[in-house]
Amino acid sequence: MDLDPEGIFRDDSDEDDDNLHEREANKEMVVYLIDASPRMFTPANAPDEKQETHFHTIVNCITQSLKMQIIGRSRDEVAICFFNTKEKKNLQELAGVYVYNVTEREQLDRPDARLIKEFSCVEDSFMNNIGSRYGITSGSRENTLYNALWVAQALLRKGSVKTVSKRILIFTNEDDPFGGITGAAKTDMIRTTIQRAKDAQDLGLSIELLPLSRPDEDFNMSLFYADLIGLEGDEVVQYVPSAGEKLEDMTDQLRKRMMKKRKVKTLSFAITNDVCIEVNTYALIRPTAPGTITWLDSISNLPLKTERSFICNDTGALLQAPQERFQLYNDKVVKFSVRELSDVKRVSSHHLRLLGFKPLDCLKDYHNLSPSTFIYPSDEQIFGSTRVFVALHSSMLRLGRFALAFYGTPTRPRLVALVAQEEVISSSGQDEPPGMHMIYLPYSDDVRYPEEVHLTSGDAPRATDEQIKKASNLLRRIDLKHFSVSHFANPGLQKHYGILEALALGEDEMPDIKDETLPDEEGLARPGVVKAIEEFKAAVFGENYDQEEAEAAAAKGGASKKRKAIADAASQKSAAYDWADLADNGKIRKLLLDKLVFCWSPTLQPML
Amino acid sequence: SMPPRPPPSRARNSRGINRRRRPRRRPDFPTPRGMARNKEGLVLLLDVGPSMHRALQEVKNVCTTLLRKKLVFHRSDEVGVVLFGTKETHNDLARELGGYKHVLVKHDIKVVDEETKNALENLPRGTAPGDFLDAIVVGLDMLIKRFGDTKAKQRLCLITDAQHLLRDPPQGTKEDQVDTIADQMKKHDIKMDCIVFRESGVQHNSVMDENDRLLYHFRDRSVAKVVQVDTPTALLGALKTRNVLPVTIFRGDLEVSSTFKIKVWAYKKTSEEKFPTLKKYSDKAPPSDQFASHEVKVDYEYKSILEPDTVVPPDQRIKGYLYGPQVVPISSAEWEAVKFKPEKGVKLLGFADRSSIPRSYFMKDVNSFVPEPGNTKAIVAVSALARAMQEMNKVAILRCVWRQNQANVAFGVLTPNISSVNNVPDSFYFNILPFAEDIRDFPFRSFSSLPPSSQPTEEQQEAADNLVKMLDLAPPGREEILRPDFTPNPMLERFYSYLDLKSKQPDANPPPLDSCLRRITEPDPDVINYRAPLIQNLGKSFELKENPKVKY
Repeated sequence: MDLDPEGIFRDDSDEDDDNLHEREANKEMVVYLIDASPRMFTPANAPDEKQETHFHTIVNCITQSLKMQIIGRSRDEVAICFFNTKEKKNLQELAGVYVYNVTEREQLDRPDARLIKEFSCVEDSFMNNIGSRYGITSGSRENTLYNALWVAQALLRKGSVKTVSKRILIFTNEDDPFGGITGAAKTDMIRTTIQRAKDAQDLGLSIELLPLSRPDEDFNMSLFYADLIGLEGDEVVQYVPSAGEKLEDMTDQLRKRMMKKRKVKTLSFAITNDVCIEVNTYALIRPTAPGTITWLDSISNLPLKTERSFICNDTGALLQAPQERFQLYNDKVVKFSVRELSDVKRVSSHHLRLLGFKPLDCLKDYHNLSPSTFIYPSDEQIFGSTRVFVALHSSMLRLGRFALAFYGTPTRPRLVALVAQEEVISSSGQDEPPGMHMIYLPYSDDVRYPEEVHLTSGDAPRATDEQIKKASNLLRRIDLKHFSVSHFANPGLQKHYGILEALALGEDEMPDIKDETLPDEEGLARPGVVKAIEEFKAAVFGENYDQEEAEAAAAKGGASKKRKAIADAASQKSAAYDWADLADNGKIRKLLLDKLVFCWSPTLQPML
Repeated sequence: SMPPRPPPSRARNSRGINRRRRPRRRPDFPTPRGMARNKEGLVLLLDVGPSMHRALQEVKNVCTTLLRKKLVFHRSDEVGVVLFGTKETHNDLARELGGYKHVLVKHDIKVVDEETKNALENLPRGTAPGDFLDAIVVGLDMLIKRFGDTKAKQRLCLITDAQHLLRDPPQGTKEDQVDTIADQMKKHDIKMDCIVFRESGVQHNSVMDENDRLLYHFRDRSVAKVVQVDTPTALLGALKTRNVLPVTIFRGDLEVSSTFKIKVWAYKKTSEEKFPTLKKYSDKAPPSDQFASHEVKVDYEYKSILEPDTVVPPDQRIKGYLYGPQVVPISSAEWEAVKFKPEKGVKLLGFADRSSIPRSYFMKDVNSFVPEPGNTKAIVAVSALARAMQEMNKVAILRCVWRQNQANVAFGVLTPNISSVNNVPDSFYFNILPFAEDIRDFPFRSFSSLPPSSQPTEEQQEAADNLVKMLDLAPPGREEILRPDFTPNPMLERFYSYLDLKSKQPDANPPPLDSCLRRITEPDPDVINYRAPLIQNLGKSFELKENPKVKY
């Protein structure tokens, strides 16, 4: 399917560029096991907020995650399975377990457009078609959790664990599933369920829990689930259930946990000649490109096979894949074998070699070439690595320094800055993990000096203090409060996949994608903002600038008059908006969470 | 004895370069194809006086790399080589007018070839203190004679330690001389790169101060760029060895709002110089064919799966877009009709605290936003915004569509670049930020919750602290060591020297990395030896053991 399966179109310099483009080397298979007991359907948040259930939160999370997956990791396979249901649907005919699916799809399969669409509104028909009930009750011999694990394990039977990572993710808000029964029956059930989980883990399946806490009571891991997933000692303490004041935060936390942490590489990091530690690298930030295309026969819509041939330019002879390369140098042909080229690129034997330390302000804004890579220590191969890393990390943070190192990849050796990242925790969990960011630095060959292309003869004009003051006022007015990078979806990508989703589902309407990267015209038309802009403009462009421009434009046909009329209309419209009312109704709060908010006027600020 | 100097009535600058002679049409002057605007005429002015002897190898290396790249990418560029501080004197001005001692024209301005490279072999160890003003005048004279008023880009490149007292001019001050030279350079649109190399530890004195002042005076007159370096490695990185024509990626309005727009130009600030893409070689041409290209053409054919022998013509092919397991066929026309079409323009979303943008979120190479050249209002507006941002620790968030028909928007952050040079306007840097889809929030274990066996002891922490303090690459009182701006790419340096070697010895192996380049790939052994006790202490403090269960 891939148009370029062997990477034949790739430039030489892109070879093994694992840092920029993560390969989909390790495929993943996941079963989402979702508790559907009535407890999941009771309102989960404080009474004054909009009433939502944990079930709803989970359906949202999984839908979002499926959408991301179809864009980024579409080869991964997924199954969705409810337990504690009235109806049963599974190959083993086990009670209380319902494997959810759509037509033309295996139970464990790649997610497709229909699955995402139908699952996103599964709640509408859930009670009628699938139904909710308490599965483990006294007097009954039934163990729906056991059944669910059994079904999940069976679903994950295909594919070898050597090449595929297999996971079972349990979503529940019940920390004591066997709390309703007593005596020997209880002990027995707990024992068999834990044994079931252990068998699955022995087969290489990983079982993870995404516990949800209710506002009034914390999810207690030690009651049962610590034993089920095999946590020991302080690991139990580590396992903070997803809770929080806000359901939005909970969605955030779940989303983070659902993603499998994929390391890119293990590196040796030579700190000195004797001290060489082990670190893993992770790609926390990488551009998501619209997926690949493939050529089809427009008559049959079947994929085409691409055949490549090499032809000698001088003789027209057909060649085998040529093994030699050449470069014209001083009008001479200079030949290289592929081996010689790879040898000349290898300038260092070490993975990562420390060169020294510099104050953080030596790292300039223009010292950047590609997305950074995250580094976290590992003791898997070299015991004691973590301890050295933690000590260095703490020294660098305290002394305000970054490490300069040489990263000797075989094809793209680079100078890198290792910047210590302190852990940041907020109500939505870990915002920034502890570790180091590896930032790829330019060489002198890569830096240009465009600022110096147009030198002024004599001193360049600079802003006066008064002009800077006006600019500062403007900055205060057009302030993005609580700005967070992660809140902006890529409009091009969203549109791309929106179109494909619509076409895949055979819909006629093309989706209308909201472009979140557009400025808030309404906000910019607020009187306070307009005033600040006008004052700054007058300070730097002069009082008569508009008039001058208008005259210049009048010569061209009055375009600016029209612009002014539009601007006037916009400011009238926004003046008519009742901001205080919006704030009262909580709409502003929503805006804040969605995206960004200008601090329009001082009177509004206390309300936010 | 007094050095001979030009007769007072004819000051050397006016004599040397004011004479406007039409460039001689030489019979051997090639009219290179595509010579036009990208062609460069360059004169290297190299100080070989006694105080420069230690650095001659690096001077040679950096100039040689420049020539090698010209032999690959800019075959029609012309280069001349002038040495100064030499025992001998050999230059037109000395011959015609007298004076200009110890300036040796080693190689006349000619299209680069083997000979140009040879001119840099075995640089003589000069015996006289170099006078860089004399050398500049000689170089300028050569350029003017050679190119006159032609359109070729012309450049001087001066490498000196600028340690020695310059001759006093026959009349006026040295500053006046610099002004006269700068006027000539402006008139002929000649630029100069000055690289001042003084090893760290060289005691600064009043002569150096004066020389530096003179060089910076060239800069203030907008004809020169001056950089100071203090290690041989930085010297290798101080000269731009490959010329890239600055091209704007955008010219237009930075829209603060619909009523307030600032005219700006955007350029690349960083862009990776890639390993050159070598061509595939075909050995099929007979050895007698001297004009064989040896190139290989790659042909692609698309064949039907049902009939593997049938080639499907281009007009019967349609693109299939992957959506999960499905392939959605869409013709180009259909796609064109529905696809995302953002409007061209650079729009401000607002300002944010600098701390809200982690440095590690910068996604790509960096752009520069400069105010529209010559537009004083734009220059002042950018200056005011940049300085306010700097003071308040703020950044601006932008959404950029560089061209009409661009398939996507660039979303990023503008940071101030306050100019430290009088004739350079204030500007901005622009970095691309990730979209929500580009971020993966993997959780990692808190260091504070690690078991005690992974936590450093007090003694270990102290050893780490000492290491971070002592292995200091930005020690006070000297230039930052391994500053990216002055650190060349060791892989490219090595490739071009291998290319040169192979052009003479086809079977040669890649040469080892020379010692200056090894300073980039591994720590400086001098520093390591000096800090040996400290480094050993780190090794002693921590115990590292291989895990016997894991195979490498």
